[in-house]
Amino acid sequence: MQVGLTHYLIVSALLFCLGLYAVLTRRNAVAILMGIELMLNAANVNLVAFNKYVAPAALSGQVFALVVITLAACEAGVGLALVMAAYRNLETVHVDEINLMKW
Amino acid sequence: MGELAAFIILSAIALVSAVVVVTSGNIVRSALSLVPTFLGVTGLYILLQAEFVAGIQVLIYAGAITVLILFVIMLTEGGTGLRVRQVNEQVAAGLLATVVLAGLLIGVFLRTDWPRGPGALPQYTAEAIGRTFLTTAVLIFEVTSLLLLVSLIGAIIVARRER
Amino acid sequence: MTINWPLEVVKAVLAAVIVFTFLAVIGAMLGVLLERKIGGWIQSRLGPKHVGRQGLLQTVADTIKLLQKEHITPHAADVAIFNTAPLIVAVAGLLDWIVIPFAPGLIVRDLNIGVLFFAAMASLTVVGILAGGFASNNKYALLGGLRSASQMISYELPLAAALIAVAMEAGTLSTVSIVEAQARQGWFVIWQFPAFVIFMIAATAEVNRVPFDLPEAESELVAGYFSEYTGMRFALFQLGEYAEMFAMAALATTLFLGGWKGPILPPLVWFFIKMYAIVFFLMWMRWTYPRLRLDQLLNLSWKLLLPAGLVWILITGYRITF
Repeated sequence: MQVGLTHYLIVSALLFCLGLYAVLTRRNAVAILMGIELMLNAANVNLVAFNKYVAPAALSGQVFALVVITLAACEAGVGLALVMAAYRNLETVHVDEINLMKW
Repeated sequence: MGELAAFIILSAIALVSAVVVVTSGNIVRSALSLVPTFLGVTGLYILLQAEFVAGIQVLIYAGAITVLILFVIMLTEGGTGLRVRQVNEQVAAGLLATVVLAGLLIGVFLRTDWPRGPGALPQYTAEAIGRTFLTTAVLIFEVTSLLLLVSLIGAIIVARRER
Repeated sequence: MTINWPLEVVKAVLAAVIVFTFLAVIGAMLGVLLERKIGGWIQSRLGPKHVGRQGLLQTVADTIKLLQKEHITPHAADVAIFNTAPLIVAVAGLLDWIVIPFAPGLIVRDLNIGVLFFAAMASLTVVGILAGGFASNNKYALLGGLRSASQMISYELPLAAALIAVAMEAGTLSTVSIVEAQARQGWFVIWQFPAFVIFMIAATAEVNRVPFDLPEAESELVAGYFSEYTGMRFALFQLGEYAEMFAMAALATTLFLGGWKGPILPPLVWFFIKMYAIVFFLMWMRWTYPRLRLDQLLNLSWKLLLPAGLVWILITGYRITF
């Protein structure tokens, strides 16, 4: 049996759903960020797989994957800085306890 | 045959450690499990003949982002968060939504007949990617670098201690 | 393209076993002995002398001693992470060697992303160090781990800048092609001298050696991130560290000193002469300079080496374009 596009898409769908589960259920902001990283990875697997199987001549998929990796690094940096700021001011990293704006 | 075996092993590594990432009650173990997940995905990139993306993936994700995450965990709660509840009240709803979405996506993927494009991947993807970034994709390249700069400054300003 | 999978797997395993055995025996064991001998010489001592002829078997004896020692796991340590951390460091240190060309054809794999692969594998060490520091459940180990992580992350950037400048000059990322480019254009230590200086400083900091050995500063932190490790796990940390130091020396040889090329003597001999010259230089630095303070260390990286590296990339780009 050959490994085809569908195999990669299924793996990436599972990875994406695991990330989504972390985002939906975790309380710790850092764990939510980890879930987002998993989802971005899943998207990257899709991009690279489509690049190989659907449009191999143009390298757009890999170029896009590299841009997404860069954006993930930005997101991690800013997101973790926000977590640090929240921890410093509110002394918690649990998103359900950060409720100053809610009443 | 060998490709299939490699694919199954690498996917299993990525998915099993991703399950540990999202379910472990110990946040440090979650963060460390990210490393095998990222390395498994790196293996998938290599199977897809995207060596340059694979190298960048290890360098940025496994080497930098994981360390950043571990750093923030240790600066915010250290080892003290071990006995704290890690999940909110939406576990059942979240699980349901996730399973439904996974079923939906996989169903769509299995039913769709994907087109196969002509041509082949260039032999040295690193060089071809460099050329693409400086010709057709030069705009996103510049915008991305600007974004990197902005997020660098933004992260420093947000995280620094108020004077 | 058809690949004979079983054959390829067998070849990869054989190459791994040969390279890793060589590294463990020649690299780490001889390296430790060399370190102590050079240290003794610089400090007007004799160094190890009694086991074997002129202390040649000292490291073998030390390894046997370490193998016999009890594995002590600290109270309330995170056992799974505690046991895995030394393995991550050792494996990451050994994986660097995959792209090092010892002689024509004598390379585990000539990857076309060779230099990038090296940087990626070197960056994996941090995870092992941070994990070991955390899992030991000891404040000195944790402090050492955090210091090490901030140091290695900071020095990865100048290191990458130096590698980028060399790759631009050679027009390739493959280590074999870089050696061949130097046969045409002359050694890059001349054309890329600033990159060489940046690389040597950043590489010394990457492998946590004096004067950048804050993560394991004995006088402040007991032994840093491996304070709690005993026996073979401790030896694995040491093996990883020495493997990485030798890998950095081998990469410097490949990128800046023309690799295996040289007159009269066979290529392998030239490679080892150059590599050991760099190793000697690193050891010489260790026994000569005092340790930096943490803020000096980070300032050096962010305010001096990184801007210098970026400016050098710009100059290299200008030179090869016009």
